[in-house]
Amino acid sequence: MATVTLRNIRKSFGDLEVIKGINLDIEDRSFVVFVGPSGCGKSTLLRLIAGLEEITAGDLFIDGERANDTPPDKRGLAMVFQSYALYPHMTVAGNMGFSLRLAGVPRAERDKKVIEAARTLQLEDLLERKPKELSGGQRQRVAIGRAIVREPKVFLFDEPLSNLDASLRAQMRIEIARLHESLNATMIYVTHDQVEAMTLADKIVVLRDGAIEQIGAPLELYHRPKNLFVAGFIGSPKMNLLPARVIAMSDSGITVRLTGIGDLDIPVRSNGLKPDEPVTVGVRSERLDVNDQGQFQGQVLVAERLGRETHLHVQMEGGEMITVEINGDSPAHIHDRVAVQINGRDCHLFNSSGEAV
Amino acid sequence: MKRSFNKKIVITLIAWSAAIFMFFPIFWMLLAGFKTEIDAITTPPLLLFEPTLENYEAVQQRANYIKAATNSVMISGGATLLALVFSIPAAYAMAFFPTRRTRSTLLWMLSTKMLPPVGVLVPVYILFRDFGLIDTRTGLIVIYALINLPIVVWLLYTFFKEAPKEILEAGRMDGATSRQEIFYLLMPLALPGVASTALLSIILCWNEAFWSLNLTTSDAAPLTAFIASFSAPEGLFWAKLSAASTMAIAPILIFGWLSQRQLVRGLTFGAVK
Repeated sequence: MATVTLRNIRKSFGDLEVIKGINLDIEDRSFVVFVGPSGCGKSTLLRLIAGLEEITAGDLFIDGERANDTPPDKRGLAMVFQSYALYPHMTVAGNMGFSLRLAGVPRAERDKKVIEAARTLQLEDLLERKPKELSGGQRQRVAIGRAIVREPKVFLFDEPLSNLDASLRAQMRIEIARLHESLNATMIYVTHDQVEAMTLADKIVVLRDGAIEQIGAPLELYHRPKNLFVAGFIGSPKMNLLPARVIAMSDSGITVRLTGIGDLDIPVRSNGLKPDEPVTVGVRSERLDVNDQGQFQGQVLVAERLGRETHLHVQMEGGEMITVEINGDSPAHIHDRVAVQINGRDCHLFNSSGEAV
Repeated sequence: MKRSFNKKIVITLIAWSAAIFMFFPIFWMLLAGFKTEIDAITTPPLLLFEPTLENYEAVQQRANYIKAATNSVMISGGATLLALVFSIPAAYAMAFFPTRRTRSTLLWMLSTKMLPPVGVLVPVYILFRDFGLIDTRTGLIVIYALINLPIVVWLLYTFFKEAPKEILEAGRMDGATSRQEIFYLLMPLALPGVASTALLSIILCWNEAFWSLNLTTSDAAPLTAFIASFSAPEGLFWAKLSAASTMAIAPILIFGWLSQRQLVRGLTFGAVK
């Protein structure tokens, strides 16, 4: 199996630079997810690794060897496309065995490998079908099967689940995770869905505007986002991000005034913050509660009941909106007046340029 | 509801009038072919007459229909094949690896269609003479292929652009060379488009008269030259000319009719999607 190393990778289309100097080390057998909003360059980055786009500047190493000028099929990669990109005029077996046929692998050996991959993906009964006779999930599995047959060093997935409906997506997500386990392969996966990123990745790479915002394990990003962008992007429901202002600093922490809500002590070191500096306080909805000890008053505007938990969208007295996750059995109703409890030590603090303090 | 019904009637009427307007000359030619020479030039024209086959007999005796028809088939088919051999790689390159000049190259190719052919008749004639191509099928195949190249490239280019790019990229990841990509993936994907392009090219070659009249005499003369031989020095014989014309257009008409579904599907593919 293989490592992939990116050194200062850049890509321009004409005058427009879309990838702005990416440095990244992908370890052998790891599952790395590129995540970011649309247009952040995550698919382009994958296509640069695949060799479908030319690298403008920088070096790409696959297994330690510079691969900038290696043609796509010689890089030892296999790619699963968003649209599946199955060959519509070939059967499932034909699709899966196409690369072997091009490589001149004898028929018997080809068939053996195709059947082996089909067994892994439960496609044995569909081998003679054409892609148009398959459901979305089956097509997706054929696309993955086509990749498996090549026995690549690295699997590349370009938003493979975005064309599937929600329940199938959840199921395929599990299948891909199991596949990673059983194939023991390096996988690079692109998605805009932070749930997919959280559940699948060993390592998440958050991209924005062609640059890396943060790299880390899912929970690392969840608990210690480096900046406002990552804080807002990772986690569902979205982290509450409240504008505030520093009013006092001491050895034990910082006191901030949350705009339209009230004062709050946060036990962090001041790290260059100045009094009166505008900051942002981030706090996850599951860290909040509504109870008698709540310091801040508000009114429930929407209550989303999900069963195990309920998401309350509370409008605070100053007009700010806060999402609070409470137990699904808790009696909370729309228009209720509630007291929101915010615990200073659960809060993330971001300075005026959006960096975590 | 009512308004759309009225609209439908108007559109149907317009379509029918246009169709009748276009078909009438062909219909008249069909009739004239079965008239005697006298009936054919009578004024007012006759709609009811005693049909005769004498014109068809006369045409058979005067000229070699089978030979001309064979030439037409060979030349149209040969020229279309030759044009495709050059156009498919050209259109592939333009559709999938465009450069800054692709667009202007396409426009330039199309602009050559605006040149009046007579403008290059003398140089082409001299070239043909020097290469010994006058009155040969090879000569006509080459010149027809060249004439049709712009339109064939243009059509294939638009069809290829419709082919899903990711499928070809998947092929590239699977290790396909450009040639394998074209033959194993692009051709099957764009088959309806390639077929309708080929059909159109065959029809255009079949109907081409200017070059065939100027560059052939007998050996390689296709059906266009065969018809022209009936507007001969003795004067115009409408009935015989009509019979000859009917025989000349019959194969392509039947061919076009059989393939019209394919043709319409191919040519409107990009437009209605």
